[in-house]
Amino acid sequence: MLDVEKIRKDFPMIQNHPELVYFDSAATSLKPQCVIDAVTDFYTTHTCNVHRGDYAIAAQNDRLYDGTRKIIAKFINCEPNEVVYTYNVTHAMNQIAYGLSKNYLKAGDTVLVSSAEHASNLLPWFRLQKEQGIKIEYIPTDKQANIHMDDFKKVLHAGVKVVAVAQVTNVLGSIQPIKEMAAAAHEAGALMVVDGAQSVPHMPVDVKDLDVDFLGFSGHKMCGPDGTGVLYGRYELLKKMAPIFEGGDMNARFQSSGEVILKEAPVKFEAGTPNIEGVIGMGVAAEYLMGIGMENIHAYEKELRAYFVEKMKHLDNIELYNPDNEYGSIDFNAKGVFAQDAAGYLSSQNIAVRSGNHCAKILHEIIGTDQTIRASLYFYNTKEEVDRFVEAAAKISLENAVGIFF
Amino acid sequence: MSDVNSMLNDPEVLRELIMDHYQYPHHHKLTDAEGYQSVHMASDSCIDDITVQSLIKDGKIDDIRFDGVACTISTASTSMMTDLLKGKTIEEAKKIINNYFNMIDAKEYDPDVLEEAVALKNVYKQANRIKCATIGWKAINQMIDESEEKK
Repeated sequence: MLDVEKIRKDFPMIQNHPELVYFDSAATSLKPQCVIDAVTDFYTTHTCNVHRGDYAIAAQNDRLYDGTRKIIAKFINCEPNEVVYTYNVTHAMNQIAYGLSKNYLKAGDTVLVSSAEHASNLLPWFRLQKEQGIKIEYIPTDKQANIHMDDFKKVLHAGVKVVAVAQVTNVLGSIQPIKEMAAAAHEAGALMVVDGAQSVPHMPVDVKDLDVDFLGFSGHKMCGPDGTGVLYGRYELLKKMAPIFEGGDMNARFQSSGEVILKEAPVKFEAGTPNIEGVIGMGVAAEYLMGIGMENIHAYEKELRAYFVEKMKHLDNIELYNPDNEYGSIDFNAKGVFAQDAAGYLSSQNIAVRSGNHCAKILHEIIGTDQTIRASLYFYNTKEEVDRFVEAAAKISLENAVGIFF
Repeated sequence: MSDVNSMLNDPEVLRELIMDHYQYPHHHKLTDAEGYQSVHMASDSCIDDITVQSLIKDGKIDDIRFDGVACTISTASTSMMTDLLKGKTIEEAKKIINNYFNMIDAKEYDPDVLEEAVALKNVYKQANRIKCATIGWKAINQMIDESEEKK
């Protein structure tokens, strides 16, 4: 298991805000000092562009920037040239949808998704529905947004060309059976696309073992800097895929006639000056997580969540939407209190959570409510924080929620 | 100072007012009747989703009503607004609206014209809730502007 007290010392935000209970890591994670140092070192000791300079610092940055592909490759078990840097998971999912729309999907083809998906894994497909006649169909889930293989197999048909789901859903924390789904999808002739935003930071993810075709995730949810993300793609698929952005660095040569020869993947997807310091910081973050061990992080969070749920279950004023899920965020409402009012009360008690629909705006089709409070944990959270949270949650009432204004 | 005004300085009373307007909002039903302007306020944040309707005729707000899903502050502030503005001339309404926005912006305002809406005087301390406290008021501002453009 991990030493949480030692870990907490790595995070300046925790040291600078001893009063704060930060339960909003599903939105973005806190950053350890080593990541912050990696970013500031770029500004203080090795600022320069990548893939463009013929001087020593430029070569150093090329090594650090491209070297991060090896770190990420080790992190998710792929080849370094299968790691495309993006600005976040949203960028990755848009690239996948756009790319597939150019050389793979045809009008009338079906993309299978679930109602629990985040906007970033729905809107890029909705656009294809509107512009290109792609059909969107939904995989049924249970009340806590879990996909069951029997249901999945029933909705698979010859017209399905892409299955796109989150490995762990962002509101309910449902873990989908990705490996089994990928096998079934492949058997049906479809590609398996996975939104890993809420899984990759929290559990071991092995793309070879899962046998998925594409995986997107964000660096900022796994202790890395904002504006970083990764698109993993099977290399032969990346080779065929068209980039969304064109411009500097990603082309090999072009002529006045308009003829352009692109570089090979992954660089062809990284037009323009990238977020160099962010990518380097994301690599440091991945190393930091691997140093603690993803198995350890997973086990610790699972135990902490179970402890949290058990305590929340005993509160009469709380309705939990995903008590049976083993993992991920805890989603709830205080009875008779609007989610944002409840979050406002928690904020008055120095507790940071998110309220609303969490960018999963059709999830209400599953859980029957639009507005919830999401408390999300990470490996730097503690049982003491959970205790403080539960104590505050027990006091959420309309009176107290309005009381913060007086 | 009148009794009413002194009561409006009591935090307990003000809190009760907000709760009451939230649980039993006034003028909380939309109409299909002709002549009404309507503004759907849903794009400002991803949480509150309300519609405000008004019947503005001859420089006067004859009717104002709303409906939708929103937090205590959004609902109470809009409910109080309907009480304050119904039956007022545009000129009177503008004075109330200006005072209300001044209060929300922590500037000088005249509490007497705002009556119960002074319950929202501390919202400025929670910056993320200012949107909630002004959502309905922005809607009526928009409708007043539209009614004046039509002239």
